[in-house]
Amino acid sequence: MALLQLEGVTQRFGGLVAVDRLDFAIEAGSIVAMIGPNGAGKSTVFNLITGIYAPSAGRIVFDGKTISGKRTSAIAAGGIARTFQNIRLFAFMSALDNVMTGRHPRMRAGVLDALLHTPAQRKEERAVRERAFELLRFVGLEAQAEQYATNLAYGLQRRLEIARALAGDPKLLLLDEPAAGMNAKEKLELVELIRRIRERGVTVFLIEHDMRLVKEISERITVLDHGEKIAEGAPDVVCADPKVIEAYLGAPA
Amino acid sequence: MARLSRLQPYLLFGVAIVLPLIASNGGFVNFLADAGAFVLLALGLNVVVGFAGLLDLGYAAFFAIGSYTFAMLASPQFDIHIPFWVMLFVASGVAAVFGILLGAPTLRLRGDYLAIVTLGFGEIVPQTFLNLSQWTGGPNGIGSLDQPSIFGYRFGFDALPYYYVILALIAISVLAANNLRASRLGRAWMAIREDELAAAHAGINTTTTKLAAFAIGASFSGLAGCVYASKLQLVSPDQFGFNVSVAVLSMLVLGGMGNIPGVILGSLVISSLDRFILPQATNILHGIGITFDLTNSRFLIYGAILVLTMLFRPEGLLPSRQRRSELHAHGDVAAAEQTLYNEAVP
Repeated sequence: MALLQLEGVTQRFGGLVAVDRLDFAIEAGSIVAMIGPNGAGKSTVFNLITGIYAPSAGRIVFDGKTISGKRTSAIAAGGIARTFQNIRLFAFMSALDNVMTGRHPRMRAGVLDALLHTPAQRKEERAVRERAFELLRFVGLEAQAEQYATNLAYGLQRRLEIARALAGDPKLLLLDEPAAGMNAKEKLELVELIRRIRERGVTVFLIEHDMRLVKEISERITVLDHGEKIAEGAPDVVCADPKVIEAYLGAPA
Repeated sequence: MARLSRLQPYLLFGVAIVLPLIASNGGFVNFLADAGAFVLLALGLNVVVGFAGLLDLGYAAFFAIGSYTFAMLASPQFDIHIPFWVMLFVASGVAAVFGILLGAPTLRLRGDYLAIVTLGFGEIVPQTFLNLSQWTGGPNGIGSLDQPSIFGYRFGFDALPYYYVILALIAISVLAANNLRASRLGRAWMAIREDELAAAHAGINTTTTKLAAFAIGASFSGLAGCVYASKLQLVSPDQFGFNVSVAVLSMLVLGGMGNIPGVILGSLVISSLDRFILPQATNILHGIGITFDLTNSRFLIYGAILVLTMLFRPEGLLPSRQRRSELHAHGDVAAAEQTLYNEAVP
Protein backbone atom coordinates (compact mmCIF):
# COMPACT_ATOMS: atom_id res chain seq x y z
CA MET A 1 0.00 0.00 0.00
CA ALA A 2 1.18 3.48 -0.82
CA LEU A 3 2.48 5.68 2.00
CA LEU A 4 0.69 8.75 0.66
CA GLN A 5 -2.30 8.71 -1.63
CA LEU A 6 -4.18 11.62 -3.18
CA GLU A 7 -7.60 10.69 -4.51
CA GLY A 8 -9.29 13.20 -6.78
CA VAL A 9 -7.95 16.10 -4.77
CA THR A 10 -9.28 19.46 -5.94
CA GLN A 11 -8.57 22.89 -4.55
CA ARG A 12 -10.54 25.92 -5.66
CA PHE A 13 -9.78 29.49 -4.70
CA GLY A 14 -12.92 31.33 -5.71
CA GLY A 15 -13.19 30.78 -9.45
CA LEU A 16 -9.63 29.52 -9.79
CA VAL A 17 -9.02 25.79 -9.78
CA ALA A 18 -5.49 25.56 -8.37
CA VAL A 19 -5.45 21.76 -8.23
CA ASP A 20 -7.81 19.74 -10.38
CA ARG A 21 -8.84 16.17 -9.53
CA LEU A 22 -5.32 15.11 -8.73
CA ASP A 23 -4.66 11.41 -8.22
CA PHE A 24 -1.29 10.12 -7.31
CA ALA A 25 0.53 7.92 -4.85
CA ILE A 26 3.95 7.76 -3.23
CA GLU A 27 5.46 4.41 -2.26
CA ALA A 28 7.25 4.17 1.08
CA GLY A 29 11.02 4.45 0.82
CA SER A 30 11.08 6.25 -2.53
CA ILE A 31 12.33 9.62 -3.68
CA VAL A 32 9.79 11.29 -5.93
CA ALA A 33 9.56 14.74 -7.46
CA MET A 34 6.85 17.05 -8.67
CA ILE A 35 7.69 19.50 -11.41
CA GLY A 36 5.75 21.99 -13.44
CA PRO A 37 5.84 25.57 -14.65
CA ASN A 38 5.42 28.44 -12.19
CA GLY A 39 1.87 28.64 -10.93
CA ALA A 40 1.12 25.02 -11.81
CA GLY A 41 -0.13 24.34 -8.28
CA LYS A 42 2.84 22.45 -6.87
CA SER A 43 3.11 24.36 -3.61
CA THR A 44 -0.68 24.16 -3.26
CA VAL A 45 -0.33 20.37 -3.33
CA PHE A 46 2.17 20.60 -0.46
CA ASN A 47 -0.17 22.92 1.42
CA LEU A 48 -3.01 20.46 0.94
CA ILE A 49 -0.92 17.58 2.22
CA THR A 50 0.21 19.50 5.32
CA GLY A 51 -3.30 20.70 6.10
CA ILE A 52 -2.94 24.42 5.40
CA TYR A 53 -5.93 23.96 3.13
CA ALA A 54 -8.63 21.34 3.38
CA PRO A 55 -9.27 20.13 -0.19
CA SER A 56 -12.46 21.39 -1.87
CA ALA A 57 -13.01 17.81 -3.03
CA GLY A 58 -11.26 14.47 -2.81
CA ARG A 59 -9.24 13.03 0.03
CA ILE A 60 -5.67 12.48 1.11
CA VAL A 61 -4.67 9.24 2.80
CA PHE A 62 -1.40 8.94 4.68
CA ASP A 63 -0.19 5.72 6.24
CA GLY A 64 -3.68 4.22 6.02
CA LYS A 65 -5.46 7.21 7.61
CA THR A 66 -7.40 10.02 6.00
CA ILE A 67 -5.57 13.25 6.83
CA SER A 68 -7.39 15.77 4.66
CA GLY A 69 -9.25 18.19 6.92
CA LYS A 70 -7.04 17.57 9.93
CA ARG A 71 -5.07 20.40 11.47
CA THR A 72 -1.51 21.05 10.38
CA SER A 73 0.02 20.22 13.74
CA ALA A 74 -1.79 16.88 13.89
CA ILE A 75 -0.62 15.97 10.38
CA ALA A 76 2.94 16.94 11.30
CA ALA A 77 2.72 14.86 14.48
CA GLY A 78 1.42 11.99 12.36
CA GLY A 79 4.67 11.86 10.42
CA ILE A 80 4.74 14.43 7.60
CA ALA A 81 7.46 17.09 7.83
CA ARG A 82 8.29 19.81 5.37
CA THR A 83 10.60 22.62 4.40
CA PHE A 84 9.48 25.83 2.74
CA GLN A 85 10.19 27.47 -0.58
CA ASN A 86 11.16 30.68 1.20
CA ILE A 87 12.94 29.44 4.30
CA ARG A 88 10.85 29.67 7.47
CA LEU A 89 13.15 29.07 10.39
CA PHE A 90 12.65 30.39 13.91
CA ALA A 91 14.95 33.29 13.15
CA PHE A 92 15.93 34.30 16.65
CA MET A 93 16.30 30.87 18.15
CA SER A 94 19.57 28.96 18.05
CA ALA A 95 20.10 26.27 15.45
CA LEU A 96 19.92 23.73 18.27
CA ASP A 97 16.61 25.14 19.59
CA ASN A 98 15.19 25.10 16.08
CA VAL A 99 15.91 21.38 15.81
CA MET A 100 14.71 20.68 19.37
CA THR A 101 11.45 22.45 18.52
CA GLY A 102 11.04 20.05 15.61
CA ARG A 103 10.98 17.24 18.16
CA HIS A 104 7.95 18.78 19.92
CA PRO A 105 5.29 16.22 18.96
CA ARG A 106 7.44 13.31 20.13
CA MET A 107 7.99 14.83 23.57
CA ARG A 108 5.86 14.15 26.63
CA ALA A 109 6.61 16.84 29.20
CA GLY A 110 3.55 18.91 30.07
CA VAL A 111 3.05 22.20 31.90
CA LEU A 112 3.48 20.67 35.35
CA ASP A 113 6.67 18.83 34.42
CA ALA A 114 8.06 22.08 33.08
CA LEU A 115 6.98 24.14 36.11
CA LEU A 116 8.40 21.65 38.58
CA HIS A 117 11.45 20.82 36.46
CA THR A 118 10.91 17.13 37.25
CA PRO A 119 13.68 14.56 36.77
CA ALA A 120 11.68 12.98 33.92
CA GLN A 121 11.44 16.35 32.20
CA ARG A 122 15.17 17.00 32.57
CA LYS A 123 15.98 13.56 31.28
CA GLU A 124 13.78 14.10 28.25
CA GLU A 125 15.36 17.51 27.58
CA ARG A 126 18.84 15.98 27.71
CA ALA A 127 17.86 13.17 25.35
CA VAL A 128 16.25 15.57 22.88
CA ARG A 129 19.26 17.88 23.02
CA GLU A 130 21.49 14.89 22.29
CA ARG A 131 19.33 13.89 19.33
CA ALA A 132 19.23 17.43 18.01
CA PHE A 133 23.05 17.52 18.06
CA GLU A 134 23.10 14.23 16.19
CA LEU A 135 20.83 15.74 13.50
CA LEU A 136 22.95 18.88 13.29
CA ARG A 137 25.96 16.64 12.68
CA PHE A 138 23.94 14.72 10.09
CA VAL A 139 23.37 17.90 8.04
CA GLY A 140 26.82 19.30 8.83
CA LEU A 141 25.82 22.11 11.18
CA GLU A 142 27.28 20.99 14.51
CA ALA A 143 29.70 23.95 14.59
CA GLN A 144 26.79 26.39 14.32
CA ALA A 145 24.60 24.82 17.03
CA GLU A 146 24.49 27.93 19.23
CA GLN A 147 24.08 30.48 16.45
CA TYR A 148 20.80 32.14 15.68
CA ALA A 149 19.18 30.66 12.60
CA THR A 150 18.99 34.09 11.01
CA ASN A 151 22.76 34.55 11.23
CA LEU A 152 23.53 31.38 9.26
CA ALA A 153 24.55 31.51 5.62
CA TYR A 154 21.74 30.78 3.20
CA GLY A 155 22.85 27.26 2.28
CA LEU A 156 23.17 26.37 5.95
CA GLN A 157 19.67 27.71 6.66
CA ARG A 158 18.31 25.27 4.08
CA ARG A 159 20.14 22.45 5.84
CA LEU A 160 18.89 23.58 9.24
CA GLU A 161 15.33 23.51 7.96
CA ILE A 162 15.87 19.90 6.89
CA ALA A 163 17.33 19.01 10.29
CA ARG A 164 14.33 20.58 12.03
CA ALA A 165 11.98 18.64 9.76
CA LEU A 166 13.77 15.37 10.51
CA ALA A 167 13.69 15.93 14.27
CA GLY A 168 10.13 14.65 14.61
CA ASP A 169 11.01 11.29 13.00
CA PRO A 170 8.79 11.83 9.95
CA LYS A 171 7.89 9.03 7.58
CA LEU A 172 7.50 11.49 4.72
CA LEU A 173 9.60 14.59 4.10
CA LEU A 174 8.33 17.28 1.74
CA LEU A 175 11.05 19.51 0.31
CA ASP A 176 9.80 22.66 -1.43
CA GLU A 177 12.49 23.76 -3.91
CA PRO A 178 15.39 22.67 -1.72
CA ALA A 179 18.04 23.66 -4.30
CA ALA A 180 16.72 27.17 -4.91
CA GLY A 181 19.55 29.69 -4.71
CA MET A 182 22.25 27.03 -4.29
CA ASN A 183 25.46 26.88 -6.26
CA ALA A 184 26.66 23.77 -8.11
CA LYS A 185 28.70 22.45 -5.19
CA GLU A 186 25.86 22.94 -2.73
CA LYS A 187 23.50 21.14 -5.11
CA LEU A 188 25.81 18.12 -5.19
CA GLU A 189 25.89 18.11 -1.40
CA LEU A 190 22.10 18.38 -1.34
CA VAL A 191 21.72 15.33 -3.60
CA GLU A 192 23.98 13.38 -1.30
CA LEU A 193 22.04 14.62 1.77
CA ILE A 194 18.69 13.60 0.27
CA ARG A 195 20.05 10.12 -0.43
CA ARG A 196 21.26 9.81 3.15
CA ILE A 197 17.84 10.93 4.37
CA ARG A 198 16.23 8.13 2.41
CA GLU A 199 18.72 5.69 3.95
CA ARG A 200 17.31 6.68 7.33
CA GLY A 201 14.02 5.25 6.12
CA VAL A 202 12.37 8.55 5.26
CA THR A 203 10.37 8.85 2.05
CA VAL A 204 11.23 12.06 0.18
CA PHE A 205 8.86 14.09 -1.98
CA LEU A 206 10.30 17.21 -3.55
CA ILE A 207 9.26 20.12 -5.69
CA GLU A 208 12.19 21.36 -7.72
CA HIS A 209 12.94 23.39 -10.81
CA ASP A 210 16.49 22.18 -11.36
CA MET A 211 15.87 19.38 -13.87
CA ARG A 212 19.38 17.94 -13.62
CA LEU A 213 18.96 17.50 -9.91
CA VAL A 214 15.45 16.09 -10.28
CA LYS A 215 16.51 13.58 -12.95
CA GLU A 216 19.52 12.51 -10.97
CA ILE A 217 17.74 11.83 -7.74
CA SER A 218 14.10 10.93 -8.28
CA GLU A 219 12.68 7.56 -9.11
CA ARG A 220 9.38 8.96 -10.27
CA ILE A 221 8.34 12.37 -11.47
CA THR A 222 4.85 13.84 -11.56
CA VAL A 223 4.30 16.81 -13.85
CA LEU A 224 1.67 19.39 -12.99
CA ASP A 225 0.36 22.08 -15.30
CA HIS A 226 -2.57 24.38 -14.54
CA GLY A 227 -3.36 22.20 -11.54
CA GLU A 228 -3.67 19.03 -13.60
CA LYS A 229 -1.38 16.06 -13.76
CA ILE A 230 -0.13 15.87 -17.33
CA ALA A 231 2.51 13.18 -17.01
CA GLU A 232 3.93 10.73 -14.53
CA GLY A 233 6.62 8.09 -14.51
CA ALA A 234 10.37 7.49 -14.66
CA PRO A 235 12.50 10.63 -15.25
CA ASP A 236 13.60 9.77 -18.81
CA VAL A 237 10.10 8.92 -19.93
CA VAL A 238 8.57 12.05 -18.42
CA CYS A 239 11.17 14.41 -19.83
CA ALA A 240 10.68 13.03 -23.34
CA ASP A 241 6.89 13.37 -23.13
CA PRO A 242 5.68 15.89 -25.76
CA LYS A 243 3.00 17.19 -23.37
CA VAL A 244 5.66 18.06 -20.80
CA ILE A 245 7.82 19.79 -23.38
CA GLU A 246 4.80 21.74 -24.52
CA ALA A 247 3.94 22.80 -20.99
CA TYR A 248 7.44 24.15 -20.47
CA LEU A 249 8.28 25.53 -23.90
CA GLY A 250 4.86 26.16 -25.43
CA ALA A 251 3.25 24.39 -28.37
CA PRO A 252 5.23 24.15 -31.61
CA ALA A 253 4.23 26.88 -34.03
CA MET B 1 32.62 36.66 37.09
CA ALA B 2 30.47 33.90 35.73
CA ARG B 3 30.09 32.51 39.23
CA LEU B 4 29.18 35.93 40.56
CA SER B 5 26.46 36.41 37.97
CA ARG B 6 25.03 33.04 38.92
CA LEU B 7 24.86 34.16 42.54
CA GLN B 8 23.30 37.50 41.65
CA PRO B 9 19.65 36.41 41.90
CA TYR B 10 20.25 35.02 45.40
CA LEU B 11 22.10 38.16 46.48
CA LEU B 12 19.28 40.35 45.20
CA PHE B 13 16.76 38.14 46.93
CA GLY B 14 18.75 38.50 50.14
CA VAL B 15 18.75 42.27 49.76
CA ALA B 16 15.00 42.17 49.15
CA ILE B 17 14.54 40.26 52.43
CA VAL B 18 16.53 42.68 54.62
CA LEU B 19 15.57 45.90 52.81
CA PRO B 20 12.29 46.58 54.67
CA LEU B 21 13.95 45.75 58.00
CA ILE B 22 16.57 48.47 57.47
CA ALA B 23 14.02 51.00 56.30
CA SER B 24 12.39 52.57 59.33
CA ASN B 25 9.76 54.22 57.16
CA GLY B 26 6.42 52.39 57.03
CA GLY B 27 5.51 54.13 53.81
CA PHE B 28 8.56 52.65 52.15
CA VAL B 29 7.56 49.11 53.11
CA ASN B 30 4.10 49.81 51.78
CA PHE B 31 5.65 50.99 48.54
CA LEU B 32 7.80 47.85 48.32
CA ALA B 33 4.76 45.64 48.75
CA ASP B 34 2.80 47.46 46.03
CA ALA B 35 5.79 47.49 43.71
CA GLY B 36 6.13 43.75 44.35
CA ALA B 37 2.54 43.17 43.26
CA PHE B 38 3.36 44.93 40.01
CA VAL B 39 6.48 42.79 39.60
CA LEU B 40 4.16 39.77 39.78
CA LEU B 41 1.89 41.30 37.15
CA ALA B 42 4.84 42.10 34.90
CA LEU B 43 6.17 38.54 35.22
CA GLY B 44 2.77 37.19 34.16
CA LEU B 45 2.35 39.55 31.23
CA ASN B 46 5.89 38.66 30.19
CA VAL B 47 4.78 35.06 29.63
CA VAL B 48 2.06 36.23 27.24
CA VAL B 49 3.83 39.09 25.46
CA GLY B 50 7.51 38.34 25.97
CA PHE B 51 7.56 34.57 25.57
CA ALA B 52 4.62 33.84 23.27
CA GLY B 53 4.58 37.19 21.46
CA LEU B 54 0.83 37.77 21.99
CA LEU B 55 0.29 41.49 22.49
CA ASP B 56 -2.24 41.79 25.32
CA LEU B 57 -3.46 45.31 26.11
CA GLY B 58 -6.10 44.24 28.61
CA TYR B 59 -4.01 42.36 31.11
CA ALA B 60 -5.47 44.32 34.04
CA ALA B 61 -8.69 42.34 33.47
CA PHE B 62 -7.07 39.27 35.04
CA PHE B 63 -5.75 41.37 37.92
CA ALA B 64 -9.35 42.47 38.44
CA ILE B 65 -10.66 38.92 38.25
CA GLY B 66 -8.09 37.71 40.80
CA SER B 67 -8.90 40.58 43.15
CA TYR B 68 -12.67 40.20 42.90
CA THR B 69 -12.44 36.43 43.33
CA PHE B 70 -10.69 37.02 46.61
CA ALA B 71 -13.08 39.80 47.57
CA MET B 72 -16.18 37.71 46.99
CA LEU B 73 -14.94 34.58 48.71
CA ALA B 74 -13.08 36.11 51.64
CA SER B 75 -15.16 38.99 52.98
CA PRO B 76 -18.43 39.80 54.72
CA GLN B 77 -19.97 40.36 51.25
CA PHE B 78 -21.50 36.87 51.15
CA ASP B 79 -20.14 35.95 54.55
CA ILE B 80 -17.86 33.43 52.94
CA HIS B 81 -14.43 33.36 54.53
CA ILE B 82 -12.13 31.03 52.67
CA PRO B 83 -8.59 31.31 54.09
CA PHE B 84 -6.20 33.55 52.20
CA TRP B 85 -3.74 30.72 51.51
CA VAL B 86 -6.42 28.65 49.82
CA MET B 87 -7.61 31.71 47.95
CA LEU B 88 -4.16 32.13 46.37
CA PHE B 89 -4.80 28.89 44.51
CA VAL B 90 -8.46 29.64 43.85
CA ALA B 91 -7.80 33.16 42.54
CA SER B 92 -4.98 32.10 40.24
CA GLY B 93 -7.11 29.18 39.04
CA VAL B 94 -10.11 31.42 38.32
CA ALA B 95 -7.88 33.94 36.54
CA ALA B 96 -6.39 31.11 34.46
CA VAL B 97 -9.86 29.92 33.45
CA PHE B 98 -10.74 33.44 32.33
CA GLY B 99 -7.40 33.61 30.55
CA ILE B 100 -8.59 30.68 28.46
CA LEU B 101 -12.13 32.05 28.02
CA LEU B 102 -10.88 35.45 26.88
CA GLY B 103 -7.97 33.96 24.94
CA ALA B 104 -10.07 31.52 22.91
CA PRO B 105 -11.86 34.09 20.71
CA THR B 106 -8.57 35.81 19.89
CA LEU B 107 -6.67 32.76 18.67
CA ARG B 108 -6.88 33.63 15.01
CA LEU B 109 -5.79 37.18 15.61
CA ARG B 110 -2.30 38.52 15.51
CA GLY B 111 -0.48 41.74 16.25
CA ASP B 112 -2.65 44.86 16.10
CA TYR B 113 -5.93 42.92 15.84
CA LEU B 114 -5.13 40.89 18.93
CA ALA B 115 -4.14 44.09 20.74
CA ILE B 116 -7.48 45.75 19.92
CA VAL B 117 -9.58 42.79 21.07
CA THR B 118 -7.65 42.37 24.32
CA LEU B 119 -8.01 46.12 24.84
CA GLY B 120 -11.75 45.58 24.59
CA PHE B 121 -11.70 42.79 27.16
CA GLY B 122 -9.67 45.01 29.46
CA GLU B 123 -12.50 47.55 29.34
CA ILE B 124 -15.35 45.03 29.57
CA VAL B 125 -14.20 43.23 32.70
CA PRO B 126 -14.09 46.19 35.15
CA GLN B 127 -17.32 47.48 33.57
CA THR B 128 -18.93 44.13 34.28
CA PHE B 129 -17.84 44.26 37.91
CA LEU B 130 -19.26 47.78 38.08
CA ASN B 131 -22.63 46.69 36.68
CA LEU B 132 -23.08 43.46 38.63
CA SER B 133 -23.69 45.61 41.67
CA GLN B 134 -25.84 43.09 43.57
CA TRP B 135 -22.72 40.90 43.90
CA THR B 136 -19.82 43.29 43.55
CA GLY B 137 -21.05 46.37 45.32
CA GLY B 138 -20.99 48.34 42.08
CA PRO B 139 -18.91 51.53 42.15
CA ASN B 140 -18.25 51.16 45.88
CA GLY B 141 -16.62 47.81 45.41
CA ILE B 142 -16.21 45.33 48.25
CA GLY B 143 -14.59 46.36 51.50
CA SER B 144 -13.22 44.95 54.76
CA LEU B 145 -11.73 41.94 53.06
CA ASP B 146 -10.29 39.18 55.20
CA GLN B 147 -6.75 39.53 56.39
CA PRO B 148 -4.45 36.55 56.10
CA SER B 149 -3.19 34.87 59.21
CA ILE B 150 -0.55 32.26 59.69
CA PHE B 151 -0.04 30.13 62.82
CA GLY B 152 -2.40 32.40 64.72
CA TYR B 153 -0.62 35.58 63.61
CA ARG B 154 -2.99 38.02 61.93
CA PHE B 155 -1.48 40.27 59.26
CA GLY B 156 -3.44 43.37 60.24
CA PHE B 157 -2.73 46.66 58.48
CA ASP B 158 1.04 46.46 58.58
CA ALA B 159 2.51 46.16 55.06
CA LEU B 160 5.51 44.12 56.17
CA PRO B 161 3.97 40.60 56.27
CA TYR B 162 2.25 41.27 52.92
CA TYR B 163 5.58 42.29 51.52
CA TYR B 164 7.09 38.96 52.50
CA VAL B 165 4.19 37.02 51.03
CA ILE B 166 4.59 38.95 47.79
CA LEU B 167 8.33 38.38 47.83
CA ALA B 168 7.79 34.64 48.22
CA LEU B 169 5.26 34.69 45.37
CA ILE B 170 7.76 36.59 43.21
CA ALA B 171 10.44 34.00 43.96
CA ILE B 172 8.08 31.18 43.02
CA SER B 173 6.94 33.01 39.88
CA VAL B 174 10.50 33.71 38.77
CA LEU B 175 11.38 30.03 39.19
CA ALA B 176 8.22 29.00 37.35
CA ALA B 177 8.74 31.44 34.49
CA ASN B 178 12.37 30.43 34.19
CA ASN B 179 11.54 26.73 34.14
CA LEU B 180 8.83 27.30 31.56
CA ARG B 181 11.13 29.30 29.32
CA ALA B 182 13.62 26.46 29.10
CA SER B 183 11.06 23.75 28.47
CA ARG B 184 9.19 22.13 25.62
CA LEU B 185 6.34 24.58 26.19
CA GLY B 186 8.69 27.57 26.32
CA ARG B 187 10.29 26.59 23.03
CA ALA B 188 6.84 26.15 21.50
CA TRP B 189 5.86 29.69 22.62
CA MET B 190 8.98 31.16 21.11
CA ALA B 191 8.47 29.18 17.92
CA ILE B 192 4.94 30.61 17.61
CA ARG B 193 6.31 34.08 18.28
CA GLU B 194 8.93 33.65 15.54
CA ASP B 195 6.78 31.94 12.89
CA GLU B 196 3.36 30.53 13.67
CA LEU B 197 2.98 28.60 10.41
CA ALA B 198 6.38 26.95 10.74
CA ALA B 199 5.54 26.13 14.36
CA ALA B 200 2.35 24.32 13.29
CA HIS B 201 4.39 22.38 10.74
CA ALA B 202 6.77 21.36 13.52
CA GLY B 203 3.80 19.62 15.17
CA ILE B 204 2.99 22.35 17.69
CA ASN B 205 -0.72 22.71 18.37
CA THR B 206 -0.84 26.49 18.21
CA THR B 207 -4.31 26.66 19.80
CA THR B 208 -3.49 24.87 23.03
CA THR B 209 -0.03 26.40 23.21
CA LYS B 210 -1.38 29.95 22.98
CA LEU B 211 -4.16 29.18 25.44
CA ALA B 212 -1.52 27.86 27.85
CA ALA B 213 0.27 31.20 27.58
CA PHE B 214 -2.95 33.12 28.30
CA ALA B 215 -3.84 30.83 31.20
CA ILE B 216 -0.42 30.83 32.84
CA GLY B 217 0.02 34.57 32.31
CA ALA B 218 -3.39 35.20 33.86
CA SER B 219 -2.71 32.92 36.82
CA PHE B 220 0.24 35.12 37.86
CA SER B 221 -2.04 38.14 37.95
CA GLY B 222 -4.59 36.12 39.91
CA LEU B 223 -1.96 35.71 42.61
CA ALA B 224 -1.13 39.41 42.44
CA GLY B 225 -4.82 40.35 42.61
CA CYS B 226 -5.44 38.14 45.61
CA VAL B 227 -2.63 39.51 47.73
CA TYR B 228 -3.09 43.11 46.55
CA ALA B 229 -6.80 43.09 47.41
CA SER B 230 -6.16 41.57 50.79
CA LYS B 231 -3.48 44.15 51.58
CA LEU B 232 -5.65 47.06 50.45
CA GLN B 233 -8.75 45.56 52.16
CA LEU B 234 -10.81 46.85 49.27
CA VAL B 235 -11.56 46.20 45.64
CA SER B 236 -13.34 48.62 43.34
CA PRO B 237 -13.73 48.71 39.57
CA ASP B 238 -11.62 51.83 39.08
CA GLN B 239 -8.43 50.08 40.25
CA PHE B 240 -8.20 48.01 37.12
CA GLY B 241 -8.47 50.42 34.24
CA PHE B 242 -6.57 50.66 30.99
CA ASN B 243 -3.87 52.65 32.77
CA VAL B 244 -2.91 49.54 34.78
CA SER B 245 -2.58 47.44 31.61
CA VAL B 246 -0.47 50.15 30.01
CA ALA B 247 1.69 50.60 33.10
CA VAL B 248 2.47 46.87 33.20
CA LEU B 249 3.23 46.80 29.49
CA SER B 250 5.48 49.83 29.91
CA MET B 251 7.39 47.91 32.59
CA LEU B 252 8.08 45.15 30.05
CA VAL B 253 9.07 47.50 27.27
CA LEU B 254 11.31 49.59 29.50
CA GLY B 255 12.94 46.66 31.26
CA GLY B 256 13.39 44.28 28.35
CA MET B 257 10.62 42.09 27.08
CA GLY B 258 11.15 38.36 27.46
CA ASN B 259 13.99 38.72 29.96
CA ILE B 260 12.97 38.06 33.58
CA PRO B 261 15.59 40.30 35.31
CA GLY B 262 14.76 43.05 32.82
CA VAL B 263 11.05 42.77 33.52
CA ILE B 264 11.66 43.02 37.28
CA LEU B 265 13.92 46.04 36.83
CA GLY B 266 11.40 47.72 34.53
CA SER B 267 8.57 47.31 36.99
CA LEU B 268 10.66 48.62 39.88
CA VAL B 269 11.68 51.66 37.84
CA ILE B 270 8.10 52.48 36.83
CA SER B 271 6.79 51.92 40.36
CA SER B 272 9.43 54.16 41.91
CA LEU B 273 8.80 56.77 39.27
CA ASP B 274 5.15 56.71 40.19
CA ARG B 275 5.56 56.75 43.94
CA PHE B 276 8.86 58.53 44.62
CA ILE B 277 10.45 60.29 41.77
CA LEU B 278 7.44 62.21 40.50
CA PRO B 279 6.18 63.32 43.96
CA GLN B 280 9.72 64.30 44.96
CA ALA B 281 10.28 66.19 41.75
CA THR B 282 6.96 67.98 42.27
CA ASN B 283 8.14 69.00 45.74
CA ILE B 284 11.37 70.28 44.33
CA LEU B 285 9.48 72.26 41.71
CA HIS B 286 7.34 73.71 44.50
CA GLY B 287 10.51 74.67 46.31
CA ILE B 288 11.70 76.75 43.40
CA GLY B 289 8.31 78.33 43.01
CA ILE B 290 6.79 76.26 40.19
CA THR B 291 3.42 74.85 41.11
CA PHE B 292 3.07 72.04 38.63
CA ASP B 293 1.97 68.61 39.81
CA LEU B 294 4.05 66.10 37.87
CA THR B 295 2.05 63.17 39.29
CA ASN B 296 -0.94 64.38 37.30
CA SER B 297 1.01 64.05 34.09
CA ARG B 298 2.42 60.62 34.89
CA PHE B 299 1.01 59.14 31.71
CA LEU B 300 2.57 61.89 29.67
CA ILE B 301 5.84 60.94 31.33
CA TYR B 302 5.32 57.17 30.81
CA GLY B 303 4.60 57.90 27.17
CA ALA B 304 7.74 60.00 26.86
CA ILE B 305 9.75 57.20 28.47
CA LEU B 306 8.32 54.66 26.04
CA VAL B 307 9.08 56.87 23.06
CA LEU B 308 12.60 57.50 24.30
CA THR B 309 13.13 53.78 24.97
CA MET B 310 11.95 52.94 21.46
CA LEU B 311 14.26 55.57 19.96
CA PHE B 312 17.41 54.93 21.91
CA ARG B 313 17.23 51.47 23.44
CA PRO B 314 14.36 49.55 21.82
CA GLU B 315 15.44 46.29 23.46
CA GLY B 316 14.91 47.76 26.95
CA LEU B 317 17.29 48.30 29.86
CA LEU B 318 18.15 44.63 30.45
CA PRO B 319 17.24 42.78 27.27
CA SER B 320 17.46 39.10 26.51
CA ARG B 321 20.13 38.07 24.01
CA GLN B 322 17.34 37.31 21.55
CA ARG B 323 15.69 40.68 21.72
CA ARG B 324 18.98 42.55 21.45
CA SER B 325 19.96 40.70 18.26
CA GLU B 326 16.47 41.05 16.85
CA LEU B 327 16.55 44.82 17.15
CA HIS B 328 20.10 45.23 16.00
CA ALA B 329 19.98 42.72 13.18
CA HIS B 330 20.14 45.14 10.28
CA GLY B 331 23.90 44.78 9.89
CA ASP B 332 23.68 40.98 9.99
CA VAL B 333 20.82 40.80 7.55
CA ALA B 334 22.65 43.05 5.12
CA ALA B 335 25.72 40.86 5.43
CA ALA B 336 23.65 37.72 4.89
CA GLU B 337 22.04 39.19 1.81
CA GLN B 338 25.45 40.05 0.45
CA THR B 339 26.70 36.47 0.91
CA LEU B 340 23.50 35.19 -0.64
CA TYR B 341 24.07 37.45 -3.62
CA ASN B 342 27.68 36.32 -3.92
CA GLU B 343 26.66 32.67 -3.73
CA ALA B 344 23.93 33.04 -6.30
CA VAL B 345 26.25 34.61 -8.85
CA PRO B 346 28.55 31.83 -10.07
